[in-house]
Amino acid sequence: MSTTDKTILTRRTLLRGTAAGATLLATPYFFTKGAYAQDFCNMPTGDTVTLGFNVPQTGAYADEGADELRAYQLAVKHLNGEGDGGMMNTMSPSALKGNGILGKKVAYVTGDTQTKSDAARASAKRMIEKDGAIMITGGSSSGVAIAVQGLCDEMGVIFMAGLTHSNDTTGKDKKRYGFRHFFNAYMSGQALGPILAEEFGSDRRAYHLTADYTWGWTQEESIKNATENLGWETVEAVRTPLGAGDFSQYITPVVNSGADVLILNHYGKDMVNSLTQAVQFGLREKQANGKNFEIVVPLFSRLMAQGAGEAIKGILGTTNWNWSLQDEASQAFVKSFGQEYGFPPSQAAHTCYVQTLLYANACETAGTFLPTEVISTLEGFEFDGMGNGPTLYRAEDHQCFKKVLVVRGNENPESQFDLLKVVKEVAREDVTYDPSIFGGELGPNVVKTC
Amino acid sequence: MRKIAISDGDIQVSTRQLPPEGPEPKPITPAAKDWMLFLGFAATVLTMPIWLQPLGAAYPDLLQKFAIFGIFAIGFNILFGLTGYLSFGHAAFLGVGSYAAVWSFKLFTMNVLPAMLLGVLVAGLFALLIGFISLRRAGIYFSILTLAFAQMSYNLAYSVLTPITNGETGLQLRGNDPRYIDRAFGVESVGLPQTNLFGIDMSGYPGFYFCAAVLIVMFLIAMRIFRSPYGLKLRAIKSNQNRMAYTGFNTRPYLLGAFVISGMYAGIAGALLAVTDPLAGAERMQWTASGEVVLMTILGGAGTLIGPFLGATIIKYFENIFSALNEAELASAFSFLPPPLQEFAVTIVNPFVGEGWHLTLGVIFMVIVIFLPGGLVEGFRRIGRLFRGRSGKRTASQAEVQPAE
Repeated sequence: MSTTDKTILTRRTLLRGTAAGATLLATPYFFTKGAYAQDFCNMPTGDTVTLGFNVPQTGAYADEGADELRAYQLAVKHLNGEGDGGMMNTMSPSALKGNGILGKKVAYVTGDTQTKSDAARASAKRMIEKDGAIMITGGSSSGVAIAVQGLCDEMGVIFMAGLTHSNDTTGKDKKRYGFRHFFNAYMSGQALGPILAEEFGSDRRAYHLTADYTWGWTQEESIKNATENLGWETVEAVRTPLGAGDFSQYITPVVNSGADVLILNHYGKDMVNSLTQAVQFGLREKQANGKNFEIVVPLFSRLMAQGAGEAIKGILGTTNWNWSLQDEASQAFVKSFGQEYGFPPSQAAHTCYVQTLLYANACETAGTFLPTEVISTLEGFEFDGMGNGPTLYRAEDHQCFKKVLVVRGNENPESQFDLLKVVKEVAREDVTYDPSIFGGELGPNVVKTC
Repeated sequence: MRKIAISDGDIQVSTRQLPPEGPEPKPITPAAKDWMLFLGFAATVLTMPIWLQPLGAAYPDLLQKFAIFGIFAIGFNILFGLTGYLSFGHAAFLGVGSYAAVWSFKLFTMNVLPAMLLGVLVAGLFALLIGFISLRRAGIYFSILTLAFAQMSYNLAYSVLTPITNGETGLQLRGNDPRYIDRAFGVESVGLPQTNLFGIDMSGYPGFYFCAAVLIVMFLIAMRIFRSPYGLKLRAIKSNQNRMAYTGFNTRPYLLGAFVISGMYAGIAGALLAVTDPLAGAERMQWTASGEVVLMTILGGAGTLIGPFLGATIIKYFENIFSALNEAELASAFSFLPPPLQEFAVTIVNPFVGEGWHLTLGVIFMVIVIFLPGGLVEGFRRIGRLFRGRSGKRTASQAEVQPAE
């Protein structure tokens, strides 16, 4: 037995050595050569340019994801000169010609993030490594957006964030290759604060229920800061797991906590569930400290309002954009989207459409797809006619600054989409902040070859 | 102690005479056949970038996933395939391995070897703890216990242990991580550092070849375990644990050993996930991930050497390629048909691709479980037998007799 073992051992060593040797030899030359012989990652060489749309198609944010995908497809159509052009006609300044980007026809690939960082990164990697996508865009969860943004920055592919509201996306975790058009939790706090004081007075006691991840944390912090500056007191801030479903165990303690305002830092299905349950518990009919009990949902979206139904009526919150806006650009977009799909776009669809156009425009302006040049063009880019009034892509943190809408759940909706009523359009100056407050670093603007 | 040693020898002899894979044609000895299998496996894995090209799967990230989940499934098979103990919580070890590896990157160095070592050790310890408790029960109770532990780990990672795991956002590298060892050697990088093996970046194809090399070594180890007296004892536990206990074996240490080994395999896989992409998220530990490895193993063929890797490859292929097909691509694929037929074909196929890829996978899984209970490997064997004709029939009848003894 021992003799056979010995022969096996030596053979094994030999075989393993051979395998390892072959691996090492094959590694550098064989396959890397063709893939990396380019000036920058996924330089478009043919007559098309590929964009990667990475959205949640399954899971808690699937509704948002589906709407985002619709907007992307519409944007591609418009960029290729099909359809009525939508906001391409209202954007200023604009270098877009309606013949693709830099004369190359726009093609796209799609992927499912499953609202999971792992799956989202795998999907983005496929787009970059296999499909040759030159730009990745999408999201609908800040956790996912931050994870994909990090990946894109490593690989040298520009990431145009979709719906992500956490301060971290352009704060602590900001990246040179990442850009966000959507507003953030800090801006929500700044915009909402004065309205809350106006409506509810300045001696309120607030109770927070917060989704336990990056977006929830930063929103809780931002709203807390904003309301405490008004003179409000924070009774307690409770973290709830994402996708909890049943919030009754978190809502019961609110009743006897001595609080008179409940702030729900929830989004998507979580918000639909927690708000509906809070209303069912009769919180809104309650009196506390001699005042009417109030509920606030700092980040609102029409899709969520649709889910929450009756419960949404009269609730205050903020939103990035709403289809009922009357400016020319918003109208053009709503018309174009409505003709294509038969219903108005959500704020998620709006921000994704705008991001795609902004990227295309930056390429046209720079005259190249070279990411470093596109980044420099986007940094500090000042534009208008995209539905949010004059907007600035700030160079320091790649965050867009524009007006923020404070909205209220519509008491008497005229249609099934007429769910949010704009209370106030808070001016851009009032929500602008110093980029250094969140820390983080963009990193160098250098070319990477995947 | 001594008694066990003697029976070791006895069983060893019987392996040589009656290899469990069925009798071989005379000129090729079982050992030689194993080496051929191993070499074939190594060659297949290393040439994946070439022969997967026509299937649209030859890009580094997916190839890395093939290798990594292959390791995961091979390790799972050591427990499930040999002992028949169905663990529904193996993703917990995968996740723990990932977290440990990312922490190694954050605290010590961007070199991948310490990260993998730490990943394996931590996953092994974790498996020892969970296995020690769960293995007090067998069958469905064991499955439920492991499932419960894994789900507990997932929830801990998701919310309670946020300072260690960074919750839903996932544990990521930062520019200002301490990285004491790298700093001590004066290694500085612009932007985020890359994981490396003594200077070779572990992303893209080098990352795949590293994973492939680890997979080949892990396959070899699994093969040695399968062919060893220890592996035979694990099989004995599967066929009749009571009878084995009557012959004087305490089965629990063997089971625990198998559990820890497969946990360490999962730890390696988890660490490799972090090596190729330095991010660890709690969803890696979710029960769906645990279920996935069970699917992989059964799809390929539980208890076979090559089956789990096959299953892992197929599931990952579906997840990444099928899920990305959209209507436009389908339309162009069917463009050779006249327009009405093309539309019809697209309508029929569309629910099975894109977000419906689970549906296709489910159908394939059902077909395989119903018609090929031994997984794809059994399918290949049947095809092989068809070609071998009469001599094949003889082998088949003998193989059927074997379990009865």
